[in-house]
Amino acid sequence: MNDVIQAPTIEYGTLAPLLVVFGAAIIGVLVEAFAPRYLRKSVHVPLTLLSLAGAFALVIVQVAVNSVPKSASAMGAVAVDGPSLFIWGVILVLSFVCVLLINDEGHFVASAAAVPGSSDEAEAEAAGNQHTEVYPLVLFAVGGMLLFPAANDLLTMFVALEVMSLPLYLLCGLARRRRLLSQEASMKYFLLGAFSSAFFLYGTAMLYGYAGTVSLGGISKAMSTGSLLDPLLLIGFAMTGVGLLFKIGAAPFQAWKPDVYQGAPTPITALMASGTLVAAVGALLRVFWVALGNLDWNWRPVIWGVAALTMIVGAILAITQTDIKRMLAYSSIAHAGFLLVGVMATFGSAEQNAQSLKAILFYLAVYGITTVGAFAVVTLVRDPGGEAGHLSRWAGLGKRSPVLAGVFAFFLLAFAGIPLTSGFFGKYAVFAAALNSGAQPGDQMGGWMAGLVVVGVIASAIAAFFYVRVIVLMFFSEPAADGPAIAVPSMGTVAVIAVSLLVTVGVGLYPESVLAVANDAASSLFIR
Amino acid sequence: MSPWLPILMAVPVLGAIVVALLPKGGDKLAKQVTLAVSLLVLVLTGVMAAQFKPGGARFQFTAEYDWIPSFGVKFGVGVDGVALVLIALSAVLVPIVVLASWYDADGVKTADGTIVTPKRSVKTYFSLLLVLEAMMIGVFAATDVFLFYVFFEAMLIPMYFMIGSYGGAQRSYAAVKFLLYSLFGGLLMLVAVIGLYVAASKGTFMFEPLIGAVKDPTTQKWLFGGFFIAFAIKAPLWPVHTWLPDAAAQAPAGAAVLLVGVLDKVGTFGMLRFCLELFPDAAKSFTMPIVVLSVISIIYGAIVAIGQTDMKRLIAYTSISHFGFIVLGVFAMSNIAQTGAALYMVNHGFATGALFLAAGFLIARRGSPFIADYGGVQKVAPLLAGFFLVAGLAGLSLPGLSSFVSEFMVMIGTYSSSAHGSGAFTVAAGISAVAVILAAVYILWMVQRTLNGPTAEPVKAFKDLNAREVWVLAPLIALIIGFGFFPKPLIDVIQPSVVHTLTNVNVSTAIAERGTGQ
Repeated sequence: MNDVIQAPTIEYGTLAPLLVVFGAAIIGVLVEAFAPRYLRKSVHVPLTLLSLAGAFALVIVQVAVNSVPKSASAMGAVAVDGPSLFIWGVILVLSFVCVLLINDEGHFVASAAAVPGSSDEAEAEAAGNQHTEVYPLVLFAVGGMLLFPAANDLLTMFVALEVMSLPLYLLCGLARRRRLLSQEASMKYFLLGAFSSAFFLYGTAMLYGYAGTVSLGGISKAMSTGSLLDPLLLIGFAMTGVGLLFKIGAAPFQAWKPDVYQGAPTPITALMASGTLVAAVGALLRVFWVALGNLDWNWRPVIWGVAALTMIVGAILAITQTDIKRMLAYSSIAHAGFLLVGVMATFGSAEQNAQSLKAILFYLAVYGITTVGAFAVVTLVRDPGGEAGHLSRWAGLGKRSPVLAGVFAFFLLAFAGIPLTSGFFGKYAVFAAALNSGAQPGDQMGGWMAGLVVVGVIASAIAAFFYVRVIVLMFFSEPAADGPAIAVPSMGTVAVIAVSLLVTVGVGLYPESVLAVANDAASSLFIR
Repeated sequence: MSPWLPILMAVPVLGAIVVALLPKGGDKLAKQVTLAVSLLVLVLTGVMAAQFKPGGARFQFTAEYDWIPSFGVKFGVGVDGVALVLIALSAVLVPIVVLASWYDADGVKTADGTIVTPKRSVKTYFSLLLVLEAMMIGVFAATDVFLFYVFFEAMLIPMYFMIGSYGGAQRSYAAVKFLLYSLFGGLLMLVAVIGLYVAASKGTFMFEPLIGAVKDPTTQKWLFGGFFIAFAIKAPLWPVHTWLPDAAAQAPAGAAVLLVGVLDKVGTFGMLRFCLELFPDAAKSFTMPIVVLSVISIIYGAIVAIGQTDMKRLIAYTSISHFGFIVLGVFAMSNIAQTGAALYMVNHGFATGALFLAAGFLIARRGSPFIADYGGVQKVAPLLAGFFLVAGLAGLSLPGLSSFVSEFMVMIGTYSSSAHGSGAFTVAAGISAVAVILAAVYILWMVQRTLNGPTAEPVKAFKDLNAREVWVLAPLIALIIGFGFFPKPLIDVIQPSVVHTLTNVNVSTAIAERGTGQ
């Protein structure tokens, strides 16, 4: 061996989307440091939007012009394969529209350090102060979201997890109204998130102890020769699983979601409910399918239980909610359960696995965009004290503002999975994948897969109840005398709602276009 | 590739968009446009139906477009005889409902002027109606099981808004109950639809290749169950019927006509088309329990109807009884019974439609759905009373009116099925014959209490039917009487497709062919 340290090979072209987003985030920090206060926002907004759009363009170029790489990049640390690129594209689109929402006035606190209700706060507000740090923070979070599902070893994945989560913890606490609630949400999210990160890291250490490597492919290879009942392996799998399931908000790790979604500024909630979920499901898939693929007789029953519990808990607890954001949080939990149905549909040939992967990717794309649209509507329904969160305030909205209420009703129907909306095809795709996996000869969980799908449809029926209840409130009830005002939407918000609506309707009528892209992305499965 | 069916679906959709986009204050124009569009659909349906060849291929006017190749789903449409008559039924009922609903969006008031339902958007109501028409045509025309499912579920939404926004005092409760019941059934069917695709492993959802594709008897039973529960809720069959009286009583009369007259027929149509042909062995093994359920529905619906105090609820319960007859006919597995059942679907649409609309006109005059609030209508509004009476008599299947033919065929067909089944069919036919007497009780007693007797004080101010209302009821009454004396054109169209069904269920040809001499 010579003593020269080999310089690592970095495929800058392949990693360009990541680098653009992180680079822009760093520039954003510099802008915070050096640009005068009055200029900052006018620099941040174009910088953020252009970097996200640029990264998206680079993803498209990567797929269309260069071929999708066949092996991992950056010395095996990052796997830029078909699923990664698809997820990147989805996250970049979602974060772009979320930034349009963030851009709106009035969501963020004027001075986060001021005690709520104090004279400092009033002063900062009167001076028109703004925390323009939100833009670089969002970019860092998005960068983490991009890296998280593409990480090809557990350590890179952990770093990505933290890069994604830390800015989000902060952003959660920056709501302008109901600040105590917001700070509480931030604190809860941080503590629970740190706890789950510790689980993930501990699990990583265990798996390293078992396999002698943290690379996902290496763990998989070690399993093909080593003992599958090694406690290190089993405990490691369980702990990484806890960390990942926490991030997607699967039961019994769902408790943070309603509090955080309710307390966070609504545009940030939209980013978490769409982008973070997409990223976390991507990472979960990669760990379970690539690293732990040989252990599937072990984790599939566990995920079965988690998926069933998540769907049922999400659907049932949502019924009792009286706050629109909490309700959407529980709805997001239920949807995480539906996604897990797809995650465990892995039995059979590679072709069958590709079908399941396609279903999940499609689901993520359509669910994410509908979610952002729904939260965008939530930002517009306002009381004097901020957004009108309580459901009773939404009564009769259909009469006051038929278009807005109609759009929201359509998003709710998409969440409920009614045909001719995009949500229906998402749900159909994962259920079909699950039944198809269960029907493969030799799958001992065959009957269980069918059972899980039945649990899924029962949860859907329960979930339909609370979606429909909101529609009843909006359309069939009389408006309250002092009902909420509908804020005049900014161009950005209009654009967000319009795009979400177009995608939800368009994919609902003709899903093939998105399905074909998801199909291409999924056909080669994950690279190892 | 025939463009007929896609055009039939596209016309109402385009009409709905036009109506929805009309400028503010264009309420009257919205009504006129809706009426014109629905009449255009009726004319187109008539022209198409005239070209249908009863002796020709099973599915005619077929068209297939790729829709979602990734899922193996096609936009496949085509009609056999049963689907054709049901599409024609929808096309006839919609313009009538448009006329009948002319003022339905203006709100509901009680007699003393209390507002039960405030005025709502007229344009929304009529564009929902047109969207619903497109979906009703689509659901009967779909030859792709997935496409059928899509329409089956999607058509709930316009109806949900029509009941929930425009209905009576309990409208939102009724609308939610309707939606959740149907959605639950639909979701079970979704599992079965996916299961069918997987188990058949043909890579397609098209109906004809899927016939006989699922061989395993256990799988057949499960999938049959998924489809059947959805259809039984839709039809509705006892014991999953409870949403219907609420929904029908709260819906505006026009929407109730489409709900009971057409939407519910999707259930019985689905049993005949999908449950029997896709899962013949399961259908045969479940025949007896289903016959029992249908007989219970027949008797239960009739008895409960007698006790109703609300006219619309009463009519809804009579429908439960009638749906029992239709399901009995479908599962009696003989040519006469199934032809009778399919014919019953059409006749019930006309008869119950007329009954709902006439009751609706009564209610609009008095502001109350309760039978006890009426009396002696005959003296002040003889025309309305006359139409109500004829519609009622059609509801009790008086000979000479169209429902008689179909009810008679179902009972004869069921009785004759005992030749290949067990004696249970004889018993079923015998018990269901009791319902004929019960029907006389519920209809005649309602007629007696509303139309005859001393004229109640508020009834004295009743005006007789105006021209619009006559135009609503007269065509239905004409059809009821016309098909009562001359049902042959309908039977000729229906029977060949019933023979196809029975052949696919592997009922021996002798029984399948019997009765062609009608």
